[in-house]
Amino acid sequence: MTKRITKKSEPETGHVEYWKPQSGWWYISAVISVLVALGVDTLVPDSQFVNTLPYRVFLEIFITTLIVLWVISFKANSLRKILYHQAQFIFAVGIALTVWDLLSTKSNILQLPFFPGPAQIISVIVSERETFLISSYYSLRLFSVGLILGTILGISTGILIGWYQQWYYWLFPILKVIGIIPSIAWIPIAVVVFPNSFIAGLFLIVIASWFPVAFMVSVGIASTPKVYYEAALTLGANERFLLTNVAIPNAVPDIFTGLTTATGFSFLTLIVSEMIGAKAGLGWYINWAKTWSAYDKVYASIVIMAIVFSIILAVLNSTRNYVLRWKKGISK
Amino acid sequence: MSKQEILINISGINRVYYDTTGKTTVALQDVDLDIRKGEFITFIGPSGCGKTTLLRLIAGLDSPQSGVVSIEGQPIEKPGYERGFVFQQAALFPWKTVEENIAIGLKARKVFKEKKQYIKDYIDLIGLTGFEKAYPHEISGGMAQRVAIARALINEPKVLLLDEPLGALDAFTRIELQTTIRRIWKKTGTTIVLVTHDVDEAVFLSDRIAIMTARPGRISEVITVNLKPERDRNDDEFIILRRRVLEKLELAGKHWSSRLIDPLEQPSISGVGEAI
Ligand SMILES: Nc1ncnc2c1ncn2[C@@H]1O[C@H](COP(=O)(O)OP(=O)(O)O)[C@@H](O)[C@H]1O
Ligand SMILES: [Mg+2]
Repeated sequence: MTKRITKKSEPETGHVEYWKPQSGWWYISAVISVLVALGVDTLVPDSQFVNTLPYRVFLEIFITTLIVLWVISFKANSLRKILYHQAQFIFAVGIALTVWDLLSTKSNILQLPFFPGPAQIISVIVSERETFLISSYYSLRLFSVGLILGTILGISTGILIGWYQQWYYWLFPILKVIGIIPSIAWIPIAVVVFPNSFIAGLFLIVIASWFPVAFMVSVGIASTPKVYYEAALTLGANERFLLTNVAIPNAVPDIFTGLTTATGFSFLTLIVSEMIGAKAGLGWYINWAKTWSAYDKVYASIVIMAIVFSIILAVLNSTRNYVLRWKKGISK
Repeated sequence: MSKQEILINISGINRVYYDTTGKTTVALQDVDLDIRKGEFITFIGPSGCGKTTLLRLIAGLDSPQSGVVSIEGQPIEKPGYERGFVFQQAALFPWKTVEENIAIGLKARKVFKEKKQYIKDYIDLIGLTGFEKAYPHEISGGMAQRVAIARALINEPKVLLLDEPLGALDAFTRIELQTTIRRIWKKTGTTIVLVTHDVDEAVFLSDRIAIMTARPGRISEVITVNLKPERDRNDDEFIILRRRVLEKLELAGKHWSSRLIDPLEQPSISGVGEAI
């Protein structure tokens, strides 16, 4: 077993070493394991009433993608490394899908409605695609408006607190006390105070993102090394220049740290607030599906959430890597 | 030389530090010195003798308890671009490229549009062509100091203050940069004040060397370097002068060496083996 040893020179984030097998056998095994999943689904008779066509199409697309990527990778060595690195994992996914399919759709050991098989979940995603699209749209709208507002407020208050003593004196204690309250604790108040569920949800997400961003920005501003200010002053800087060209750039890595925390808090707040008050969105849908005992829809929503949130985090991460390309250890 | 105009006048400077435990350090006591326009003057002395403090007073980054530092007759109260400063650890802005670091002064003074064509000239001057787009973490310590020097020079300062800029570099890079600094000084004609504890460096670069003593920090003597402009470290006169500076430093050191001092803080005596 190879332990994951973090070398001192290894960056905290960003660049990943592809240390997995160099040989192509695992990749071939991975393709075969997904083929087995497809074979099992096609050949073994169903013992549940499930539309397995979407699942089969999904597996076929999966296999085709794997093969196409493999062919491309003969020309692109970096892609080859990534594929081989992921091969064992894909192999395991293929096995897991096969076993799960056998246990549920094929043998009815895992029973509907509480434990649907992969075929059932994918078939629900396909048949309910419009609902999922609309729900994702509503969730994303609430999420992004809230996160953007919260971040703007967070950056502004963070700068004020980090830069001006007066603001620090008055706002920092408030930030410290209110900032540690989980935003969902405000739900009862938000529901009463705000005219509709969208505004209430917005308020909660703004709260969830504002404080971590404000806190990290103020820390980042206040921790600017004195020598940077002195260097700027001997180059002709005035107070304003020190803030805009020294302190704020110095705080940018902390802005991203705050933003990552804020994003996590906001996901939680988004789903919880939608579950409680809203008439739309993924959180609302999952709750609605639950009341109808439509557990296939619940699982499907969870899958959609995982996909949507992963995309958001990936976008955030690559933005961060681009903006912080000046930092040591961030790959270009 | 002696008829030259005075650029900076330092008179009656006292600077005492009080730390939180109530301990007081007399960093500078009754320091007087005139710095002439266009000269290269070096402050040399053991660690803790107040070299940095004196340089920071000229820069306006610090102020004395008593005494005045003035430039062209104007008392210095705050930092300004006409007194460029190079720190021991370069202090480049890590989020800016080499080129952007050099442009900072122009931006800060709001003359970027008119003067941005000079950035290239200064990159050439310090020999960093090809590294314009590199970030500070991608370049070596010696290159970083070159950028720091160019960044100060682009403002065409009346005086360039260098606080042990080569202190953290290896011997080879140090000699290389000394040559660069000398070339730049000749080419631009800027007054340069250098702080160092390397005797060789002081003799190689300076017109005058101010020897400083510690506790309390003062200037004990100013030695004029009468060497020919093309300096050669193996020249007899060079070696003799280096030994003289070293003797003065040791003499100056007698005042404090009896006290408990970390031997690592002693002035560096590079090249002394062949001199004695
Ligand atoms: N900010 C400060 N607070 C307290 N003491 C200081 C401070 N800066 C310098 N000193 C003390 O003043 C003396 C002179 O310091 P400095 O000018 O940095 O010396 P040098 O540059 O010659 O090594 C030292 O004894 C140092 O400890
Ligand atoms: Mg010093």
